[in-house]
Amino acid sequence: MTAITAENLIKDFGDFRAIDKISLSIAGGEITAIVGPNGSGKTTFIKSILGLVKPTSGNIIVNGVKLNGTFKYREQIGYMPQQASFPENITVKETIDLLCDIRNKTGDLSEELINKFNLQKEYNKKIKTLSGGTKQKLNAVIAFIFDPEILILDEPTAGLDPYASGILKDKILSVRKGGKTILLTSHILSELEDMAENVIFLLEGSIRYNGKVNDLIERTSSSNLERAIASLISGVAV
Amino acid sequence: MKVLSKIVKYQLQDAFRSRWLAAYTLFLIVFSYGLISLTGDSSKVVLSLMNLVITIVPLISIVFGTVYIYNSRDYIVFMLSQPIDRKILFLGVYLGMCISLAAAFITGIILPILFYANYFVNNLADIFIVLISGIFETIIFIGLSFYIAIKNDNKLKGFGISIFCWLFFTVIFDGILLMILQQFQDYPLEKVSLLIISINPIDLARIWITLSYDISSLMGYTSAVIKDIYGTGWGSFITILLLTVWALWPLLLGLRNFNRKDM
Repeated sequence: MTAITAENLIKDFGDFRAIDKISLSIAGGEITAIVGPNGSGKTTFIKSILGLVKPTSGNIIVNGVKLNGTFKYREQIGYMPQQASFPENITVKETIDLLCDIRNKTGDLSEELINKFNLQKEYNKKIKTLSGGTKQKLNAVIAFIFDPEILILDEPTAGLDPYASGILKDKILSVRKGGKTILLTSHILSELEDMAENVIFLLEGSIRYNGKVNDLIERTSSSNLERAIASLISGVAV
Repeated sequence: MKVLSKIVKYQLQDAFRSRWLAAYTLFLIVFSYGLISLTGDSSKVVLSLMNLVITIVPLISIVFGTVYIYNSRDYIVFMLSQPIDRKILFLGVYLGMCISLAAAFITGIILPILFYANYFVNNLADIFIVLISGIFETIIFIGLSFYIAIKNDNKLKGFGISIFCWLFFTVIFDGILLMILQQFQDYPLEKVSLLIISINPIDLARIWITLSYDISSLMGYTSAVIKDIYGTGWGSFITILLLTVWALWPLLLGLRNFNRKDM
């Protein structure tokens, strides 16, 4: 089953082409990593899926819904940006309530991440008093709390301490077992190798590789994903 | 509408706990209280409040609005990743800002006046007009700030345009108008000047207050012209109509840009 499809996707910012005719399918129920150097189009691609960036041409289909200004499909998506920011004078609990109100759903406050991150004790603290790491934990909780079908995680472990990072990785793997589709980016390739089945490598807005992680390592005769990606960047054909 | 009211609710919760909003309210209270206790003349107080409405209120509104949009960019992007209509989010943030700043303005003016209520028994209508003008100026300049900040990704540029916009309407515009009137003084310019001032929301507020106050001839050429042409009733109606147009167009332009913008 395909969760996300892109057809001839092009995105121009003025003269700069951020995405150049990307066509791909992202399998449902699997973890797919999007990798590429800075400016390769990863964030633009993710933002296109979320409807934050409007494609110059081409189509995106998410769970059978073609995106053309619609927003309801995002009920099925949990998004964890690299750096989320919430109104600074409202509390952690009010932030969660705000999102529950907007989605018209009761978030699962017994959610395992809340307990493991020990976020209950921060409930009545204002956002502006939280550390960067705690904000990132809240950010992760919000992505998972509505049990979405698709999770889009942009550098999910950035800013988390190793302990919290481990908890989050375990959570990602456990929801994957539950059949959710996960799309993630990270600059820590060893982390991706541990979690992702599929990898999409973008360079200058185009897809240079789209397939299984193990296949890529094999085809580039590399010892791990990091070296395989380095081979791709240096021009090794696959 | 349900989602809109929910967003406004949280925006207000955030704004009413903000130190900046408290500082603005306190400044208005101290200013109005000082004015009343030092002047003791209700007519002069109303005129000084008018000057507050046409200078400080637009400045604070345009600065708060611009800074808010730039500082909340990550929050806005995050909210747009939720199942929410762009227009609703924009309106929610805009209304939250307008209501909180207008509430601060009303509180800051009303509290000292209530304290000296017996001074103002004969000026209730004037005070009411000052309040409504202040609310209009707040809404108009927040609308402008949102439009400017959404249109310009560069913070420094956006902030510069906002400040220039305020300076233009408060100072430069009247200078240009005077220059035109002087250059073409041999021609009948009443209707032309009327047309020109209707494109300045600050002049519109000034005219409305002075028209109602029957001191228009003391408050500059344009007010006297408007009063001459329309008389107080019609003059007030037209200025309110033009202020309403001014409140709407930056909002609609901002909404249109926000709806199309890549975040």
